[in-house]
Amino acid sequence: MSLQNLTRRKFLAIGSVAAGGAALAGYLPGRISLNPDRQAHWPQPTDRMVSTVCEMCFWRCGVQAHLRDGQVTALTGNPAHPLSRGRLCPRGAGGIGNLYDPDRLVKPLIREGERGDERFREAEWDEALDLVADRLQGIADQYGPESLAMFYHGAGGGFFKTLLKALGSPNSAAPSYAQCRGPREVGFELTFGEGLGSPEPLDLAHTHALALIGSHLGENMHNTQVQDFADAVDSGCHLIVVDPRFSVAAGKAEHWLAIRPGTDLALILGWIHLILAEGWEQKAFLAQNAVGLEALRKAVAKYTPEAVFLETGIRSGQLRETARLLAKAAPHALVHPGRHVTWYGDDAQRSRAIAILNALLGNWGQSGGIYLPGQMELKAFPGLPTFPKSKNPADRKAGQYPFAGSVLANGLREATLSGEPYPIKAWLVYGTNLPMVLPNPKQTEEAIHNLDFLVAIDTMPAEITGWADVVLPECTYLERHDDLFAPFYRQPFLALRQPVVDPIGDSKPAWWMAKQLAERMGLGAWFPWQDAEELIEGRLRASGYQDDQIDTLFQKGALSEQETAIYLQDGEDYPFATPSGKIELYSQQLADAGFDPVPVYRRPEMPGQGQFRLLTGRAPVHTFGRTTNNAVLLEHYPENEVWVNPAALRNLGLVNGDRVLLKNQDGAQTGPIRVRATQRIRPDSAFMVHGFGHKARKLRRAVSVGGDDNEVTTRFQVDPLMGGTGMNVNFVTLEKVEV
Amino acid sequence: MPAGVNKRLGMAVNLNRCVGCSACAIACKSENNVPPGRLRRWIHEKTAGRFPDLKMQIWSESCMHCEDAPCVHSCPTGASHVDAATGTVQVHPELCTGCKACMASCPYDARYVHPDGYIDKCTLCVHKLEHGEEAACQSICPTSAIAVGDLDDPTSEISRWLRDRNALVRKPEAGTKPKFFLVE
Repeated sequence: MSLQNLTRRKFLAIGSVAAGGAALAGYLPGRISLNPDRQAHWPQPTDRMVSTVCEMCFWRCGVQAHLRDGQVTALTGNPAHPLSRGRLCPRGAGGIGNLYDPDRLVKPLIREGERGDERFREAEWDEALDLVADRLQGIADQYGPESLAMFYHGAGGGFFKTLLKALGSPNSAAPSYAQCRGPREVGFELTFGEGLGSPEPLDLAHTHALALIGSHLGENMHNTQVQDFADAVDSGCHLIVVDPRFSVAAGKAEHWLAIRPGTDLALILGWIHLILAEGWEQKAFLAQNAVGLEALRKAVAKYTPEAVFLETGIRSGQLRETARLLAKAAPHALVHPGRHVTWYGDDAQRSRAIAILNALLGNWGQSGGIYLPGQMELKAFPGLPTFPKSKNPADRKAGQYPFAGSVLANGLREATLSGEPYPIKAWLVYGTNLPMVLPNPKQTEEAIHNLDFLVAIDTMPAEITGWADVVLPECTYLERHDDLFAPFYRQPFLALRQPVVDPIGDSKPAWWMAKQLAERMGLGAWFPWQDAEELIEGRLRASGYQDDQIDTLFQKGALSEQETAIYLQDGEDYPFATPSGKIELYSQQLADAGFDPVPVYRRPEMPGQGQFRLLTGRAPVHTFGRTTNNAVLLEHYPENEVWVNPAALRNLGLVNGDRVLLKNQDGAQTGPIRVRATQRIRPDSAFMVHGFGHKARKLRRAVSVGGDDNEVTTRFQVDPLMGGTGMNVNFVTLEKVEV
Repeated sequence: MPAGVNKRLGMAVNLNRCVGCSACAIACKSENNVPPGRLRRWIHEKTAGRFPDLKMQIWSESCMHCEDAPCVHSCPTGASHVDAATGTVQVHPELCTGCKACMASCPYDARYVHPDGYIDKCTLCVHKLEHGEEAACQSICPTSAIAVGDLDDPTSEISRWLRDRNALVRKPEAGTKPKFFLVE
């Protein structure tokens, strides 16, 4: 197999040069030449191009890396990749800034000072790997393998998850579940029998009416979704945006509902009530596909427009008009389920209400609604042993959070703190900066003090690497292979991440590190391949792909099939994977578990006099704190600001540009952050972009720039259904920093 | 872009589509090797009204390749010029003394001093257009918000946008006849 790989690599290298030659030909004499003297200053053509998969966020578009003299000079969208369609978001285009960041981790590091001091000595790989393997093995021997926990975000995390499972630990958690989109998955699973996953199967481009609830497409730059959103807006889709902030999307909306934060569920139930009261629901679709309509009708009867107005501040006329727009466009209408939905702790029920509302619009399997995605076949590498039996995960007690579909990162922290249900003694942290990710960072710090060992694997220094005992430097996505990508999508495809350039310094890919550790710990059988290329080719061959398909994948970075049947035929039955086999407007599962079978709105605590509810979001050029040291991206958004309405500012004697500290209800505070006075936010709320205010000194550009919302996110409301952490429950005051 | 035919190249940004994400500005810098701290493209945001009655427009902007370009008129050396074949405004770095008269006269603040001592700005990526490729800003744009093309060719996307949609120019009072349009 190695020989085949060599042949393939050589073949591809030749292919790349040939392509470069063709591009060069365009610059040869004979073509028109407008400005001969100017041409000397024109950009020189690149000499090579490699297709790979982006990891600047987790949408994972196809990128083409353009190289000149061995340096990546530009990243553009891969036309062969269905998620990029030749286009790219600003983060993807600015990935060069991550690749060539002078602050990158390039050597294994072993702690010298106290934990959290960020003092390390450089080590060679053998020493670092021996040490990590030895410590992990020792802890597993002493406390059991389940005392090892892993936190991960990113493609390489899978290799370490395999390592932990091979050892017998079930404790691998991605904060992208309980701190982000988990509640949405649960809400949709309970209603439709399946979650949405990523990319979400939303037929945005063809929708005639779209409601966004706190979802700020255009600031959230998931490429394909934004492409589709622009198509919808430009073709006259009725856009309804519910947001306490006048987002970019709100600026394009027909209706902006400047909702009182925390009351979204009341609004959604109000829409449901109105649609049912007016008989605007898709009756035939519901008769065929749903159960519990009468129970739903009864349960939402109290959410009259008047009651909804008192909670949300949205006038009945606007409530009615927006409900009518959605219903009139149904089934080609969509209420976007959102992505980062951990807001108030009622998030799974709010997501369920959104699912119910979509059900009333009859948009399941419909153009402009929720489409039915497909996936290309991808088998495991042949001959892998089965994993040993393990205990239940430590993230929750028996019976707690019964609808959690994944291990809870906050639950693992809790177990590390309490030692219940059993002790957690070591953390592997891959690509996720827990001090800025898990709410109440003090608890994260305390949990770390309870550990015998912490190893962090990352491309960049961050707060978490500062706390680690050993830091393993990973090379960036442009320097490595990862496992294949085979997401569910309207056009099923496989995508390949492959190195564009050699790794800088001694940084290494995740697959290599995990395999090295596994071999040292006697777990090599789960990593039977020589290298990632062999793993990739082995999986492709096991799945029956032929040489020409494999070559296409390596050359073009993606291999796709035709769009499958993504819509239901008229009257076609769909096997919903709920207990009833139908869409569950009323959920017996929830009733049996002691929860509201139909979502019930309960008013969350509201900010007191002089307090603002702290809301967070994204800037289009950043992916949380992962990009705030990226010189290319920082040029376009150098520092976050706290948005406050001028009317509220006047009372505080503050003006635009003032530097303030945010202090919250528990006395926690951020570092200095500038005030942005803007009409684009409610006077009772403050907004900031997440990911700034780093404290890690080794992030030389990012350290102390802007404020970190997580420092004042000491409080969080845990979702009783699934354990997610609602984080929009903190109230802040502003205190001027005298210069 | 076939040889021998004079064009009147311009750019339009679709306000329905543009989300102000800066992908264009970043791609422009990569393609044209624009030095750190300088920009050939930038995002402009305009909000009007008071909470909650607000209107906002957001768009990507660059040199407007004006037909009556003050930068060209004010240039003492002929470095800033209108390229006859494309109708775009270009700079000959060899002729440029870096006097900044053009920068002072540009109503759109579209120019910057290149560290090599000359004044630089958007070229409309004519080096790409020549080879049938799109400008870097246009080809990266995730929302397909940018059209670059010949205003004299009625079949070009930009001409269709200008014909079918409401089109605006920035600072018409400056009288520069910009060939950069915002369409709705």
